[in-house]
Amino acid sequence: MIGLESILAFKHELIISFSIFMLLFIFVGSNGVKPSTLVHLVNTLLLGSSLFFLFEPTDALLFNDMFQSNALIQLQKSILSFGLLLISALSFDWLKQHRNLLEFYLLLLSSLLGMFFMLSSANLLFFYLGLELATIPLAAAANFQLDKRKSAEAAIKLILSSAFSSAILLLGVSFIYGLCGSLHYAAIAQNLEVNILSQFAFVLLFSGFAFKMSVVPFHLWTADVYEGSPVAVTAFLSVVSKSAIAFVFIQVLYKVFHNLEATYVLSLAVVSVLTVLIGNLFAMRQENIKRFLAFSSIAQVGYILFALIGSATLSQTAVIYFMLVYLVSNLAAFGVVGVISDYTGKENISDYKGFYQENKFLSWTLAIALFSLAGVPPTAGFFGKFFLLLAAASKGYYLLISFAALNMVVSFYYYLRVVKNIFMEKNETPILAISLAPITKIALIICLAGILFIGLYGPIYEYIASYTNLL
Amino acid sequence: MNLLLLLIFPLVTALFVLSAKDYKQSRSIALVGSGIQLLATFYLLVQYLIAKETLASNFIFFEQNFTWFPSLGINFHIGIDGISLAMILLTSLVVMAGILVSFTMEHLHKEFYFLLLLLSLGAYGFFISLDLFTLFFFLEVAVIPKFLLIGIWGSGAKEKSAMKLALMLMGGSAFIAIGLFGLYYFSSQAGARTFDMLQMAQYPISVSAQLFFFPFLFVGFGVFTALFPFHTWVPDGHSSAPTAASMFLAGISMKLGGYGCLRVATYLMPDAAAYYAPIIIALATIAIIYGAFATLMQTDLKYINAYSSISHCGFVILGIGMLNETAIVGAVMQMVSHGLMTALFFAAIGMMYQRTHTRLVAQLGGLLKVMPFISALFIIAGLCSLGLPGFSGFVSEMTIFVGAWQNPNVWYRLATILACASIVVTAVYILRAAGSSVMGEIKNQHFLNITDARWNEKFAAILLLSAIVIIGVAPFLVTDILSPSASILMEKILNHKSL
Repeated sequence: MIGLESILAFKHELIISFSIFMLLFIFVGSNGVKPSTLVHLVNTLLLGSSLFFLFEPTDALLFNDMFQSNALIQLQKSILSFGLLLISALSFDWLKQHRNLLEFYLLLLSSLLGMFFMLSSANLLFFYLGLELATIPLAAAANFQLDKRKSAEAAIKLILSSAFSSAILLLGVSFIYGLCGSLHYAAIAQNLEVNILSQFAFVLLFSGFAFKMSVVPFHLWTADVYEGSPVAVTAFLSVVSKSAIAFVFIQVLYKVFHNLEATYVLSLAVVSVLTVLIGNLFAMRQENIKRFLAFSSIAQVGYILFALIGSATLSQTAVIYFMLVYLVSNLAAFGVVGVISDYTGKENISDYKGFYQENKFLSWTLAIALFSLAGVPPTAGFFGKFFLLLAAASKGYYLLISFAALNMVVSFYYYLRVVKNIFMEKNETPILAISLAPITKIALIICLAGILFIGLYGPIYEYIASYTNLL
Repeated sequence: MNLLLLLIFPLVTALFVLSAKDYKQSRSIALVGSGIQLLATFYLLVQYLIAKETLASNFIFFEQNFTWFPSLGINFHIGIDGISLAMILLTSLVVMAGILVSFTMEHLHKEFYFLLLLLSLGAYGFFISLDLFTLFFFLEVAVIPKFLLIGIWGSGAKEKSAMKLALMLMGGSAFIAIGLFGLYYFSSQAGARTFDMLQMAQYPISVSAQLFFFPFLFVGFGVFTALFPFHTWVPDGHSSAPTAASMFLAGISMKLGGYGCLRVATYLMPDAAAYYAPIIIALATIAIIYGAFATLMQTDLKYINAYSSISHCGFVILGIGMLNETAIVGAVMQMVSHGLMTALFFAAIGMMYQRTHTRLVAQLGGLLKVMPFISALFIIAGLCSLGLPGFSGFVSEMTIFVGAWQNPNVWYRLATILACASIVVTAVYILRAAGSSVMGEIKNQHFLNITDARWNEKFAAILLLSAIVIIGVAPFLVTDILSPSASILMEKILNHKSL
C-alpha cells in the first residue's frame, strides 16, 4: 500500500517530476512566457526541493523493494537540488538569451530525476535505470552551445564514453546476478562470496563507476567534454553529476560489497594514487581554465577515493561533507568563469592577468573558491580535506596518506598560479568591469558564505555525522 | 582576561580596514587596532603574573573550551602558559612595529593592512591553541596572506619567491598533518579520540608509533623554522617581501615552527625526541654554521639578514634538541630575542631601502652622516645579532650554551663548541656590513638629500629596541615567566623517557 507516509518518501522525485510536467504541458507551445519568469519558477521549485531535508526523514522500502529512502538519501537529494539551483542562478544571463531555454531545463531536470532514482535504488537494475536517465540528457545538454563545433564534439564524446562504460557496468551486474541470483542490494550483500568471479564482477562494476566519476584511467573524456560544453553544463557534470555518482558509490561499496573489503581497498588504493597524480600533473599544464578545472576535479575525486579506504562511518561522513564543500567551492569558481566567458568569450588562464584591476568582487570570489579547492583555511575546503584524510587514516595506510597529502601541496601550485595571474600580473588590457545580474550575484554570495561558514560552523558536520552513524 | 579578545581585536580591525576611504584612514585604523592589541597583551601579562602568584602550581591559565566537532573530538580549546605568553607579546610588538613602518603604503592599501592583520590573527590563534586541530588551522591561516603580501607588494622576483614560500610551507603543513593523524589515532582509545594536547599528554603513545610519527611533525614544523635542509624558502621569501611582511616572516612566522617543535613534537612524543636528539642537534649545528658562512657571501642587506636568521634559528633547534630545562628556556628566549632583533633589522633595512633605493652593501656608504637615527638602529640590530652583552641576543644564546654544556655527551659538547664558534663568523659579516654601508664616505651624491626617520619609524624602532634592551639588561623578567612553564614541560619529557 502506498499511503501518505510513502509518498513523503519520494517527495524529491515528485517535485522534480512536477517541474518537468509543468514545463512540458504548460510552457511548450505557449510563446507568451518571458524567459525570466520560467527561470524563476523552476528556481523556486528547486529551492523547495533543496529545503526538503528539513522534513522529518522517513525510512521506506517501496515498489517491490526497488526504492529505498532514509534520512541520508534525503539529505543527499537536497544537496543535489541545491547544486542545480545554484547553477541555474549563476548562469542566469546566459540562459535568459538562449532560445532553447525550456529544453535546457527539461534536460537538466530529467538528469536530476535520474540521479534521485539512482540514489534511492535498492536494486542494481533500478540503479542502472536511474544512471541512464541521469546520463543521456546530459549528452544532449553538452551540445547546447549550438553554434560551436566543439560543443557537438563534447556531446558525441560524452554519449560514446557513457555508453561504453554502461556496457562494462552491465557486464559486472550480470556476473553478480549469476553469482547471487538476485539484484537486490540486501540479497547481494548476504550471498556474495569472495572468489575470483565476484572480484572480477566488482572490478567491472567499479570501472563503470570510475568512468562516470572520471577516475584515472577512465578519465580521457573529461577534459574535452568540459571544454566543449557550455559552462553551466560543465558545472553540472563536474559538481552535481559527480556528487551523485560518489554518493551512490559509497552506498554500494559499504552496503553491498563489504564482503570484498580486501579487493576494494586494493583497487581503491591503486586507482586513487593514479587519479590524484595524473589529475595534478595535467592540471599544471592547462591553459584553458575549463580544462584546468576539469583536471583539478579529477584530482579532487582522487582524494575522495582515498577517504573511502577508511572506516565506513567516518569515510561516509567525510565524503558527504566534502561533496557539500566541493559543491559550493567549485560552483563559485565555475560561476565566475561562466560570467567571464559569457561577457568576453575569454577562457584562458592568461586572460585573467590583471583581472583584479577592474573586478574586485569577482576576483576575490574566484580566489576564495580556488583556496577552498586547494584546502586552505579558513575556507571550508580545509575542513573537507582534513576530514577526508583523517577518515582515510582510520585504518592505517599512512604512506598512502602521505602521498595524498603531498599531492595536495602540488595542487596548491596550480591553484595559486591562477591567483597569481589575477592579483600579481600586470596587464595593459585587462578584462573590463563586469556588471552582474542580481540573481547571479546572490548565488555567488551564497557560495561564498557557504565556503566561509560550512567549515567554521561545526554543527553542519555533526548533522551529517548524526545520520551516517545511524546506518 | 578572555583570550578570545586576542582573536577578536585583529579580526574586527581587519574588517574595519575594509571600510577605509584612503590609505591614511586604513593605516590609522590598523594602527589603532594593533595598539589596542598591544595594550591588551600587556594587560594579559599583568593578569598572568597575578594569577601565577596565587596559583603557582597551575600549568595553563585563562583556559576556555568550546566544542567544535564533538564527534571527532575536536574542540576549540585555548589557554596560555608562560611560553605562549612570551610569544604573544612578541607578536603584538612586531605587528605594531610592522604597521608603523609601512605608513607610506598607498598601493592597494586596504588589502595590505587586511592581510597583515589576518596574518597576525593566525599567529595569535596558533600561540593560544591547546587543541591540535585549532593549532593547525591557525598555522595554515597564515600561509595565504604571506603569499599575497609577497606576491603583490614585494620586490625583485616576487612571484617566484611567493610561490616557493607558499609551497614549502604547505609541504611542511602536509607533514604536520600526517603527524597529527598519528597522534590522533595512537594517543587515545577508540571512542575517546581527541586532538586535545593536554589530554594527549596524559596518554602514553607507544614508542614505535612515536618513532614513526615524530619525524613528520618535527620536519613539518622544522620547515617553518628553517631547519636545514628545508631552509631554502627563507632567503628568497624574506628578501622579496615588503618590509612589514619580512619583519613578520622572520620575527614571528619562523617562531611558529620553533614553538611547534617544542610544544607539539617534543612535548607529546618525548621518547622519540630523545631517540632522534643526535640527528636534531646535527641538523641544528649544520644550520648554524652553514647559515653563518652563507651570510658571508651575501651582498644584499636583506639576504644577509635572511641567512643570518637561518643561523639564529638553528640555535632554537639546538636548544630544543638538548632536552634540558636551561636549554629550552634559552631556546624560547632566543625565539623572542631573534624575533625582536630581526624585526628591527628588517625595519632598518626597509627604511634605508626606501630612501636610497638600493640594498646592495657595495652601493651604500656613509649613511651615518645623512640618517644617523636609522644607521644607529642598523648598527644596534647588528650588535644584538652578534650577541653583544646588554642586548637580548647575548642572554639567550648564553642560556642555550649553558644548557647545552650540561649534557656530558662528547658529541653534544662538540656541537656546542661549533655553535659557539659561529659567533665569530657572525661578527665578521655584521661588522663588515655595518662598516661599509653605514660608515665611511658617502658613495652616492643623491644620498645627501635623504631625510632621517620620521616619527612613526622612530616609534616602531624604539618599541622593538626597548624590548631588546630590557631583556638584555634584566633577563630574569623573562626567565621568571618562562622557567615554570618550561620545567613543567621538562617534567613530562623526562618522566616518560623509556628508551
